[in-house]
Amino acid sequence: MTISVRRLRRGAGHGRLPELWRPVLVLLAAALRKLDPRVQLTNPVLLLVWCGAALTTAVAIAEPFVGGPTMSGGGRLPSSFSWAVASWLWLTVLFANVAESAAEARGRTQTATLRRMPDGTMTRRVENYDPKTDAAATHAAPTDVSSAELRPGDVVIVAAGEVVPGDGEIVWGIASVDESAITGESAPVIRAAGGDRSALTGGTRVVSDRIVVRITAPRGRTLVDHMIDLAEGARRQKTPNELALSTLLASLSLSFVIMALTLNAIASPVTHAVPITVLVALLTCLLPTTIAALLSVTGIAAMYGLLRRNVLLTSARALEPAGEVTTVLLDKTGTITRGNRRATRFISLAGATDDEFRHAAVLASLGDPTPEGVSTIELARREGIDAPAVPADPGQAVPFSAKTRMSGRNMPDGTRLRKGAQSAVLAWLKETGTQQTRRVVTQLTEQTSAIARSGGTPLVVAVKPAAGPGRILGVIHLKDVVKDGVPARLARLRALGIRTVMVTGDNPLTAAAIAQEAGVDDYLGDATPEDKLALIRREQAAGHFVAMSGDGINDAPALAQADVGVAMNTATMAAKEAATMVVLDDDPTRLIEIVQIGRKQMATRGALTTFSIANDLVKYIAIVPALFVGVFPGLAALNLMRLHSPASAVLSTVIFNAVVIGVLIPLAMLGVPYRMANLSAALSRNLLIYGFGGIAVPLVGIKIIDVLVGLLPGY
Amino acid sequence: MGWLLAAAALVTVAALLGVVYRPLGEYMAWVYTSPRDWAVERVLYRLVGVDPRGGQSWRAYLRAVLAFSAVGLVALYLLQRLQHRLPYSLGLAAPSPDLSFNTAASFVANTNWQSYAPERTVGYPVQMAGLGVQNFLSAAVGMAVAIALVRGFAHRRSGTIGNFWTDLVRGTVRILLPAAALCSVVLLAGGVVQNFAGFTHVTDLAGGGQSIPGGPVASQEAIKMLGTNGGGFFNANSAHPFENPSPWTNLFEIFLLLVIPFALPRTFGSIVRDHRLGYAILAAMAVLFVLSFTLMTAFEFAGGGTAPTLAGGAMEGKEQRFGVVGSTLFATATTGTSGGAANSTHGSYTALGGLVAMLNMLLGEVSPGGVGAGLYTILVMAIIAVFLTGLLLGRAPTVLGKRVGVREIKLASLFILVMPTLALVGMAVSLAVPAVHEQIVNDSMGNPGAHGVSEVMYAFISAAINNGSSFAGLNADTPWLNTTLGVTILLGRFVPIALVLALAGSLAAQDRIPATSLALPVHRPQFVGLLVGIIIFVSLPTFFPILTLGPLAEGLR
Repeated sequence: MTISVRRLRRGAGHGRLPELWRPVLVLLAAALRKLDPRVQLTNPVLLLVWCGAALTTAVAIAEPFVGGPTMSGGGRLPSSFSWAVASWLWLTVLFANVAESAAEARGRTQTATLRRMPDGTMTRRVENYDPKTDAAATHAAPTDVSSAELRPGDVVIVAAGEVVPGDGEIVWGIASVDESAITGESAPVIRAAGGDRSALTGGTRVVSDRIVVRITAPRGRTLVDHMIDLAEGARRQKTPNELALSTLLASLSLSFVIMALTLNAIASPVTHAVPITVLVALLTCLLPTTIAALLSVTGIAAMYGLLRRNVLLTSARALEPAGEVTTVLLDKTGTITRGNRRATRFISLAGATDDEFRHAAVLASLGDPTPEGVSTIELARREGIDAPAVPADPGQAVPFSAKTRMSGRNMPDGTRLRKGAQSAVLAWLKETGTQQTRRVVTQLTEQTSAIARSGGTPLVVAVKPAAGPGRILGVIHLKDVVKDGVPARLARLRALGIRTVMVTGDNPLTAAAIAQEAGVDDYLGDATPEDKLALIRREQAAGHFVAMSGDGINDAPALAQADVGVAMNTATMAAKEAATMVVLDDDPTRLIEIVQIGRKQMATRGALTTFSIANDLVKYIAIVPALFVGVFPGLAALNLMRLHSPASAVLSTVIFNAVVIGVLIPLAMLGVPYRMANLSAALSRNLLIYGFGGIAVPLVGIKIIDVLVGLLPGY
Repeated sequence: MGWLLAAAALVTVAALLGVVYRPLGEYMAWVYTSPRDWAVERVLYRLVGVDPRGGQSWRAYLRAVLAFSAVGLVALYLLQRLQHRLPYSLGLAAPSPDLSFNTAASFVANTNWQSYAPERTVGYPVQMAGLGVQNFLSAAVGMAVAIALVRGFAHRRSGTIGNFWTDLVRGTVRILLPAAALCSVVLLAGGVVQNFAGFTHVTDLAGGGQSIPGGPVASQEAIKMLGTNGGGFFNANSAHPFENPSPWTNLFEIFLLLVIPFALPRTFGSIVRDHRLGYAILAAMAVLFVLSFTLMTAFEFAGGGTAPTLAGGAMEGKEQRFGVVGSTLFATATTGTSGGAANSTHGSYTALGGLVAMLNMLLGEVSPGGVGAGLYTILVMAIIAVFLTGLLLGRAPTVLGKRVGVREIKLASLFILVMPTLALVGMAVSLAVPAVHEQIVNDSMGNPGAHGVSEVMYAFISAAINNGSSFAGLNADTPWLNTTLGVTILLGRFVPIALVLALAGSLAAQDRIPATSLALPVHRPQFVGLLVGIIIFVSLPTFFPILTLGPLAEGLR
C-alpha cells in the first residue's frame, strides 16, 4: 500500500491536473484497480456481485445474436435493459471500492505527517558498540549509513538537530526530544537511558544533547508503519465479530444464490424461464451488499479515528475488544493525579504563631526544587506571606538526602530549619539535644495521623535556634492533587457503563481519599504488579472486559492479560509489545476515547446490518412481483409502490442498491451517534431508526428512481 | 360471531396451556436433571449396556443419536417389508421398498409424512410396534437434543452435554408414556375407538356394502398429538370421527399438540436458572402463533364465492363438526409444531389461508415447534438475534453468560441454510429432470397450474422441515417422490441436529460469565420483536419468489 502513496506523490509532480480534481481521480483509479476479481476474493458478497456483473455483460454482448430479453410472462424488455443492468452492477462493485478507497485516502492524509521523514536520512551507525567500555560511543568511529539500511539491534548516535532514524531505545545519554511530528505536542519531552522513559519513536527530532540509541524497528517497520499497513489492508485481519458477521452474511447470500438457481426449475410447470439478467438483478438486490461493502470502511475509519487522537493500534484485532470494555484500570499517578504531593495547608502547633511557622516553612523550602518545596512557597504566598520579605537566599540550603530524610536550611545566625517526616524530625531534634515532651509528641501525632487518614502526607517543620532548645513549629499538609478535568472524564466513563478502578502503590488510606475525590468506583492500594495481574484476572472471571494503561516494564504482564492494554509512548519496549495500543501523546485518559470509538464502530456495523436487512424487504416488494406479473396479473396487487413497469421495477431496484452504498459512505466513515447509558432504550431507538429507516428510505428512493427511469424510452 | 368463537377457542387453549406451563416445564426440568434413576430405567440401561452416569461429548452424543435412529430406521423398514408374514396384519401386503423407506424415514425423523392411506396399507403390528414405537422414540430424541443444547448454556467449561441414553429413556419413561396413557383415557372418554376389530362389514340402508376399519386408535392418537408426530391411524387423520369425534376432543387434541413445545421454554429457564430469556422465547412463539392463527382465520372467513358466503366461511375440505375456527386453530397448531396431523384438507383452504400454513413451516416451525425441535430452532435464532443486539449496542454479544463468537455464529449460519437448501434443491431437481417433471406434472399433481405447484412446494417444505402434513391432492407414492422426500426428511432432521449438538458442545466448553449489570437486554419486548423479525427474515425472503408462483399467484387474482 505504500506504493499508492508514492504514486500519489509522483502524480503531484506532474501538476497538469487541477488540484481539486486530482484526489477524485486518484480515488477513482484506486477503486478501478480494485475491480480485479482477486481483490474481491476476501469479500464473498462483492465477489458474487462481480460475477453477476460479468455474467450480465456477457449476456448483453450475446443478445444481438441470440435475440433480445423477454420477461417470463412474454412481455418484451427494452433492448438496452441488459446493458443498463450490467452497467449498474459494475457501478455497485465500483461504489463499494470507492467507499474503501475513500476511507483509506482519508486516513492517508492523516498518516502523511507521520511519514514525513524523508527517505534515506543519513545517520551515524556505531559498529561493534561496546556498552561496557565505551557506553557513550565517544571513541567509536561511526559510519554514515542511510536509515533505510538500519537493522534492529544496530546502534546509532543521534545528536541535537538530528532525526531519530527509527523506533529505538536510548542506551546512553539524556536528551530533549521534539515529538510534535507524532503527537502534535510542541513542547519537547525528556528522554533518558534506563528506566521507563527510554523509548524513542522514529521520525522525532532530538533538540538538545547527544544520545546513543539502539534501533528496535527500522524505518518501514516502525509502529507507525505497522499501523498504516494494518489500516490500508496490506495486513488487515478480520476481527472475531467481523468474521462472525461475514459468516452470517455469507450464509444469507448462499440461500439467495440457491433461490436464484432453483427458481426457473420450480417455475417450469407454470411459466417460461426468467431471463438471466433479471435473475442476476434479483440476486444482487437481495444480497446484503450495503453492509458487505461498508464493513471494511467502518474498520478503517475507526483506526484512523484513533490515530487522529494519537492512539496507535498494534493489531487490527485490538479495536473490537475496546468497544466491549466494561472495566478500566487507571494508574493513580500520572493518570488521575499530578503524581506529586503538593502543600495544601499549614497547621501550626501550640507554641508557634502561624506566621512564624509559615516563615520557617518558606525558609526551609527555598532551596528545595521538589514539588513539595515549590508548592509550600506557593501556598505561603497565597496565604499572605510576602515573598520579598523573605531574604533572597540567606544561609545555606540543606538538600534532601536519603539518609536524613529531611531537607532544610542553615541560617547565617546559626539557626537550623528542617522539614521532613515526623520520625526523622523527632530523631534530628533528639540528636541536637532536645527531647520533645510527651504532650508535644501527642499533639503532633494527632495532627499527622489525621492528615494520613485523609490520604495526605504530613511534613513536619522544626527549628533549632543557635542557642536554646529546638522545637516543632507545625505540620505542612501535603496532598496528591487530582488533575483538572479528571472527575468529569471519569463521570463520562460511568455514563458509558464502565467501572473505573484506580490502582496505586500508595497505602490504602491515601488511595481511598484520592479515589473519593476523583470519583472512581473502586481502588486498589498497595498494589504490586502481581496484584494488578490478579485484579485483572478477577475482573475477567466476573465477566468484565478490562482495559488498562501502563508504562513501566512491570506493567507488561498486566498489559498482556488485559483485554485492551494501552501503553504510553514513553513506555518501555516490553510494555509496548505487551500492549495492543500505544498512546503517542502519553495522555492516559485516551482510554475513554478508545472505548467510545470501539463501541461506535460496532454500533455502526449493527446499524448498517439492520438497515441493509430492512432494505431487502422493500426491494422484495419492488422486484419480485415484476418477475411473474406477466403470467399471473394478480401479482400486480403486490406492487405496493406502483412501479410502472416490470423492467423499470428491476432496473430501479438495481440502481437504488448501488446508490445507497454511496449515500451511506459518510455514515460508515463517521459512525452512528453513540450515547448508550440505557441499553434497552438504545436498542429500541436503533431498531426504530435503522430498522424502520431501512424500510422507509428504499420506499422513497426506489419510487423516485422509478419515476426517473420511466422517462427513458422503452421502460 | 365467527371471531368471537375464534377468540373463545384461542383463549380456552391458551388457558389450558397456561395452567400446565409451570408444572409441566418444571417437571421436565426435573426429569432431565434428577440424579436418580427409576428401577425400570436401570433395567433398560443394563439391557442396552450403557452407563447412565457417563457424560458424553457432543460428538459422542451425536453418534448415539445417529446410531439409535439408524437402528430404528432399519427396524421399521424391515417390519413393513415383512408385514405379510406378521399376525394381525389384516391380510395386507408389504408396502413397496420405496414407500417403506419413505415411511421409515418419516417416522424416525418425527415427521410422519404419509405417502399412503394407513388403514389400507399397514396392519396392527406395523402400526403399534413400528409406527407407534417411533412416535414415542422420535419425540424423545427431539427433546433430548433440545435438552443437550440447554445444557450447553447451563454447563461451565465442560466437555460434556449430558448422556443421550439417559435423556432418551427418561423422556420416554417419565414424560411421554405416562402422559400418553393419561391422555388416551381422556380421548377414549371422548369417543375415540380402541379395539382390534379389523374391518367391520356393514350393509347400508341402500343395500350397498361398506367396510369400516377399527383398531387401537386412542392409544396411537394420544402420542400422535403429544409427540407432535401426526401420523394418523386413518388416512383422514384427525378429520376421521374415530380419531377426533367431537369439537371438544378437537380442542383437546390441539392442546396436546402444543403442550410440550410451549412448556419447554420453562424447562429451559429452570435448567439455566434464568427464566427471563425463557419468557422472551415463549413470547416470540406465542406472537407468531396468534399472528398466524388470526391471518389464517381471516382468510378462511373471507373466502370468496357463493358457497363460502352461505356457509359463513370457506368450508370446503373442513369438517362440519369443527367449522372454520376448529379447523384453522388445528391447522395453525399442526403447521406451527412439527405436527403434521390434520383435521381438514390444507389444500382446500383459500390460497392465502394455505399460504399461512406454508409460512408457519417456512418460519422454521417455531410457533411453538416440534417437541424439542421447536426449542432448539428458536434458540439458534435467538443466538443470531443476540449477535445482532450486541452489534447494535456496540457490546460483546453474550447471552446467559456465554459469548456468541465466530464458532456459534458459523453453526447458526449453517443451521438456517439447511431447510431452504433441502426444500428448494429437492423441488428444483424434481422439476428439472424431464422424465420426473412429466410424471409429477401429469400424474402426481392433483390440480393444474399454480395450485399444483403449491402441492409440490408444500410437500418438499413439509419434508425439509419435518412437518409431515400435506397439501393433499398430490400423489406422492411414486418411487422418485418417496425416495427424494425420504432423503429430504432424513437430512432435514439430522443435519440440524448435528449442528445443534455442535453448538451445545461449543457453548458448554465456555465458562459461564456471571450476570453483570451490563448484560444485554435480551428479555425485553424489543428483543422479542427483534427475534420475531429475524425468524421471519432468515427464512421468508428465500421463498418469497416461489410463493408468488404458488399460493400468491392463486390467491391474488
